[in-house]
Amino acid sequence: MSAWDWQVFCKDTIDQAIVASCFGSGNDQSYLDWLLSAWGWTLKVSALALVLALMVGICVGVIRTLPHRTLALAGDAWTELFRNIPVLVQVFLWYFVVPELLPAMKRLPSYFLVVCALGFYTSARISEQVRAGIQSIPKGQLYAGLAMGLTLAQTYRYVLLPVALRMVIPPLTSEAMSIVKNSAVAFAVSIAELVMFARQASEETSRDIEIYLAVTMLYFVSSLGVFALARLIEIKVKVPGFLGAKQ
Amino acid sequence: MNLDFSFITGDLLVNYIWGGLKYSVLLTLVAMAGGIVLGTLLAMMRLSGIRALEWPASLYVNTIRSIPLVMVILWFFLLVPFIIGRPIGAENSAYFTFIIFEAAYFAEIMRAGIQSVPKGQTYAGYAIGLTYGQTMQFIVLPQAFRNMLPVLLTQTIILFQDTSLVYAIGAYDLLKGFEVVGKNFNRPVETYLVATVVYFVICFSLSMLVRRLQKKITIIR
Amino acid sequence: MIQIQNVSKWYGSFQVLTDCTTAIQKGEVVVVCGPSGSGKSTLIKTVNALEPIDNGDILVDGTSVVHPKTDLPKLRSKVGMVFQHFELFPHLTVTENLTLAQIKVLQRNQEEAKNRGLKILERVGLSAHKDKFPSQLSGGQQQRVAIARALSMDPIVMLFDEPTSALDPEMVGEVLDVMVQLANEGMTMICVTHEMGFAKRVSDRVIFMDQGRIVEDCQKDVFFGDSDSRTPRAQDFLRKILQH
Repeated sequence: MSAWDWQVFCKDTIDQAIVASCFGSGNDQSYLDWLLSAWGWTLKVSALALVLALMVGICVGVIRTLPHRTLALAGDAWTELFRNIPVLVQVFLWYFVVPELLPAMKRLPSYFLVVCALGFYTSARISEQVRAGIQSIPKGQLYAGLAMGLTLAQTYRYVLLPVALRMVIPPLTSEAMSIVKNSAVAFAVSIAELVMFARQASEETSRDIEIYLAVTMLYFVSSLGVFALARLIEIKVKVPGFLGAKQ
Repeated sequence: MNLDFSFITGDLLVNYIWGGLKYSVLLTLVAMAGGIVLGTLLAMMRLSGIRALEWPASLYVNTIRSIPLVMVILWFFLLVPFIIGRPIGAENSAYFTFIIFEAAYFAEIMRAGIQSVPKGQTYAGYAIGLTYGQTMQFIVLPQAFRNMLPVLLTQTIILFQDTSLVYAIGAYDLLKGFEVVGKNFNRPVETYLVATVVYFVICFSLSMLVRRLQKKITIIR
Repeated sequence: MIQIQNVSKWYGSFQVLTDCTTAIQKGEVVVVCGPSGSGKSTLIKTVNALEPIDNGDILVDGTSVVHPKTDLPKLRSKVGMVFQHFELFPHLTVTENLTLAQIKVLQRNQEEAKNRGLKILERVGLSAHKDKFPSQLSGGQQQRVAIARALSMDPIVMLFDEPTSALDPEMVGEVLDVMVQLANEGMTMICVTHEMGFAKRVSDRVIFMDQGRIVEDCQKDVFFGDSDSRTPRAQDFLRKILQH
């Protein structure tokens, strides 16, 4: 193993010449440009998948706690389905199988299919957290809401969910950090994210260690970023004296 | 939409899929065993109260848990041949990778497990003259395991799912077996559907078993 | 005002209420007492349909709780309920607790709801705490806010499910005082309670339940005064609780 060569990031991707400012201009691209663009893709796919996962996951989580048995069971089945298939297999499913079964999906960009795969996979885990959160609220709260004349929907909206969602911020943070990590599987279907960059760039430049280190660092930074953001949200929505917050 | 599953014969399964399945299962079991042993050690280090042990263990666990498994797989595929001095196949490097990776997750589970055993048990052990090692071995760890068994098994199911990521280094596991079939017979849609069903059946049955086990343990307690 | 007609209820194969029949007139204060597991909490929860019934019917101001076309939220908005564990909404301030249902169910506007809520808050003596969160109040204060919350809906009847059972002894008094005040103002009340002092002082009628049945249903003076003509079970109960 030869000595470190961090200059590799300043190399142009086509002719391997070193670029002065480390950022390419015009059509040329340095490895640094490529790295940052790959990072952008990782974050983009992760963010979109997280939004999908939260929307679907919270809905399914709520449905699983409803008094209607069939709906609740349907929610349970949904969760079991998406939890018991590896995320990579789900990506292949969305990428290879879904466009054949639903031809309309063929027109969508491939990263969208990855977002669906990641999003639905994570939604199953989120539905589990949300379900547990709602069910840990004492039944008296539900009764109190209904007793005042609120409909079931209103009771969920104004009484149960505000409390349950605050409770599940820590596990949801963990899921958000997981999505960033799981976005790595997108390389398998040629999405230009960080792992894709790592494999291709290391092959081109033979500077595996430097490339891998840079990519790993960016995953760290992304994880920390998500964590910090979640902490901020948690602090903003805290209710004094409730769930351990200061009075 | 023309789905034709007729190409899937017993022979095909034996030739392409069986080998991959065996590897996936073996990898899971090796990683589970190694991961739990290493993970328990890490958990004990983090709870030891000795800074010099706590720091490295925490660093290890938190670092691994912040990196995608795919990256860890790539790293090990790169580094393991250097460390042991000779080239190593993708399948073999994965054994190291998964033990090291899963240990970080099992460490957190075992840490919770050890903390779930009341401190009084440890005191009782010391009181009858047992050393720290003996107390852990005969009193605390057996209880910790009992308490966390369902969680450990659930993590193993997740581990089985994770093994599919050896795709990144081209190792021949269950998923790769299906991919090869899909390519060779030019039927990716049917193949991946079958792959999905197979994985689902395996994981779902295992998680149902774990749930049954969980109910049994609760009653015994 | 409230008619309970042959109400029965099962939890699986266990019959928790058996053929309960009684009626409560406007302005009456009825105390429901009995040993644990007698079904009294369940019975009171059937009145505003929080617990469904399997047989019989309950009419609240003429509206049936079992009829499929009944607008249950509307019915419940006319019936105030106070719970053993207060059940204030922990993520809302006292004022918000008082106004939430007024706005969402009675369609009052913010201004109106706030005024009404704060007026009642004053009646229970807690105006100073209007912007606090429930966790910042004592048990007795929380329960009084809970009573105010129910009252701000201007109900026609108030249901109390063991309102003082979860309170420290020193706070029981402040809550009972509010309830006595309510009774004196003519509110129709059904109270499930162990507080026999309260029952003697303020109730009109006492209902005694045992194992899911209404065993005694008579005027207060008859229940406490003429105990020899009561059923053996009721006599037993009275002897034990009145010792204290």
